[in-house]
Amino acid sequence: MRFYKLSLFRGLGFMLVGTFIGVVITILIRLLIGLPAWNAEPILVVGALFGAIAFMFGTRVMDDWFKWARGIDTPEPAEDSEAEGWKRFIHVSFDHKVIGIQYGLTSILILSVAGLFAMIFRTELAQPGLQFLTPDGFNTLISLHGIVNIGGILLGVAAMANYLVPLMIGANDMAFPRLNAFAYWINIPAIVMLLSTILLGGVDAGWTGYPPLSENLAKIGFSMFFLGVYLIGLSSILGGLNLITTIIRMRAPGMSYFRMPIFVWSTLATMIISLTATQLIGLSFQMVLFDRVFGMDFFNPNQGGNVLLFQNLFWFYSHPAVYVFVLPGLGIISELLPVFSRKPLFGYRWVALSSMAIALVGFFVWAHHMFTSGMADFLRVPFTYSTLLVAVPTGIKFFSWTGTIWRGKLSFQTPMLYVLGAISIFLLGGLSGPPNATVATDLHIHDTYFIVGHFHATMFGGYLFPFVAAAYFWFPLITGRMYSERWGKIGFWLMLIGFYFQSLFQMQTGLLGMRRRIADYDPALGVDFQQLVVSIAGFVVGLGLLVFITNILVSAKRGQVAEQNPWRSRSPEWYIPTPVWGHNYEKPFEVVGEPYDYGLEGSDYTSLGGVADTPADSAVPEPAAAD
Amino acid sequence: MTTQVEAHSGYKYKSDSNRLGLWLFIISDAFVFGGLLVSRFYLFAGERPELNQWLGVIVTFVLLTSSFFMYRADTDISYGNVKGFTRNILVTLILGILFLIGVVGLEWPTAPFSAGENAMSSIFFTMTGMHALHVLSGVIFLYIVYRNGKKGLYSKERHFPVEAAAIYWHFVDVVWVFFYPALYLMGNPV
Repeated sequence: MRFYKLSLFRGLGFMLVGTFIGVVITILIRLLIGLPAWNAEPILVVGALFGAIAFMFGTRVMDDWFKWARGIDTPEPAEDSEAEGWKRFIHVSFDHKVIGIQYGLTSILILSVAGLFAMIFRTELAQPGLQFLTPDGFNTLISLHGIVNIGGILLGVAAMANYLVPLMIGANDMAFPRLNAFAYWINIPAIVMLLSTILLGGVDAGWTGYPPLSENLAKIGFSMFFLGVYLIGLSSILGGLNLITTIIRMRAPGMSYFRMPIFVWSTLATMIISLTATQLIGLSFQMVLFDRVFGMDFFNPNQGGNVLLFQNLFWFYSHPAVYVFVLPGLGIISELLPVFSRKPLFGYRWVALSSMAIALVGFFVWAHHMFTSGMADFLRVPFTYSTLLVAVPTGIKFFSWTGTIWRGKLSFQTPMLYVLGAISIFLLGGLSGPPNATVATDLHIHDTYFIVGHFHATMFGGYLFPFVAAAYFWFPLITGRMYSERWGKIGFWLMLIGFYFQSLFQMQTGLLGMRRRIADYDPALGVDFQQLVVSIAGFVVGLGLLVFITNILVSAKRGQVAEQNPWRSRSPEWYIPTPVWGHNYEKPFEVVGEPYDYGLEGSDYTSLGGVADTPADSAVPEPAAAD
Repeated sequence: MTTQVEAHSGYKYKSDSNRLGLWLFIISDAFVFGGLLVSRFYLFAGERPELNQWLGVIVTFVLLTSSFFMYRADTDISYGNVKGFTRNILVTLILGILFLIGVVGLEWPTAPFSAGENAMSSIFFTMTGMHALHVLSGVIFLYIVYRNGKKGLYSKERHFPVEAAAIYWHFVDVVWVFFYPALYLMGNPV
């Protein structure tokens, strides 16, 4: 297939043309209604919007929809991609597994970009004084580090959910395959817009983009920032809609809600948040965009606007969003622990419902981000309590994990190491949470490095470590090959040790009084050493991630051919030939037992068969060294 | 739960999935309109913009009437009455366009303020604009259904697109039931 026919390149070409057409049309309209022809910001915003739409035309994901609108029926989308080999990942495909990998690769790519941003400003922060960054440049980098990481995490969540959920519930694809492809491809123009902000003046207002700063700074980058996040949000909403429908409608016979794998439960909870709350960050960003482009006054106090409105709308999504980031990861932990402990998951029903409880409580905690914003004092107390309430269902999960590994027959392959690392780091993140939720302590640590340490711990423990664990765990299923166990372990220890140093020293820096989002610090503050350690530790974490990325890329090509079901899992996706492309299950299977009854003789989860654990060989066998 | 092997294909199965997807979309969309309503009262609890009351009543009447004809179109097709269906959906379509003309073509230019004037005008234009965008997409949706209906693509058994258009149209209508009092009736005019 010629490269210009591949969706990615075709889309980008269309995007360029579309942007140009949008710019011309805007200029014509401006002339028509008597405005001066050139005003860069509104013209580029409309141009970018046209570009995004043109991109979607170019990728051809919408072709079938237009046919339906004209009354032409189309067959189910072909299960095999038109492109071969690696090209299938940059070409449109309606197979949920290809889309899952597309999401995963894009996620790893842009997380790496965001990580590079961090390395640049961590180098700057390694010693006091301004070395090579301007304050504006520094702020742009931290803002982009935040928002690009958030985009990358949302893509990673979608990657896991897309690849795993249909396989786990015994479906052959998602409920709406075309919508699924649409939801993936809309991210590409969004990422282009987000990264274009560097060239358009930067976004030096933090990833939250609070007005009035984000409204009054005359930098076009802000408009692109809001538009880019808006499109990523659209992807998130459509993905949520698709996954909820898939989970409700397409489960295998016999799979009642309480026989679903835990990961499916946590995805369901996650997607309920994605589906609903995301609209409000979209709305708040849209309002700032209108303020900037149309001169509206939502957040202009001189004309009756109110900046706190933005914060309320913004955090109504952005707090639950952290549960979108961590719930799938916590689901992965609950999913893998029984496999590597050869024991049933402790308290299955409680774990399943705890995800739902976290999602629900998450809707009532947003104002804890605003304790110092000047909101009504009496509202602080209820928000303190609602926030602390989140600890209860999270505690249930920890209790279950402890109960699951208790007297289990543990084995320590790379995925298990990452899972255990995730638990320990998430515990650090979790325990550093209540001081932020409690007004009395939050007033002191608000906007300091303590917060930075806290949320990096939740993101690493709740998302990054479980994501890497999942990537290694399902690697044999995805590629049919085995990753390098030795390099996997080296990467793990680099990441774990690096991360602990980074996070703990960030927290200490914060307690010593260093504020976040500042390019420089006074040596008199006494945090020179800590800042240096954080920088070095950050680079070590980056190295660990590089080992992970290299490992999966090299092993996908050269790794040893994996045996069937190397982890002796009970989950149905391991009972079909690997690697899986196209059709998932030749014939439908039936669910006949509980999902996690490891070690119980004669128990099966599905009619595809199961693994009988006899006491003699109960632990997962060490895979042969594949170095 | 489902113990019998379901055929995950066929018109009915797909329509049921589509219906669920549609309702999830509407729940999601409701959060946008909910957010706008909350913003409107957060910014101005006891005040409202000065608007043309007669125009407000008339466009509201037009939109509510269109829902009645949408219902008739949906009922007609579920009895296999294609002729009645096309007639009623055409009436719905025209009423929808009249509503758009009333709001965007008459109310917007004649309002005693412009979009960039102050926060109240901003929320007025954003709320009516967001709703009008939904009416516009609904009108396009209705036109598609109308055109395909005339081609004879819908029957008593197979007419999910009509049902979807109807659900969406009623939703947009219900949103206006909340927006109309919030913008035209509640609070003191300033």
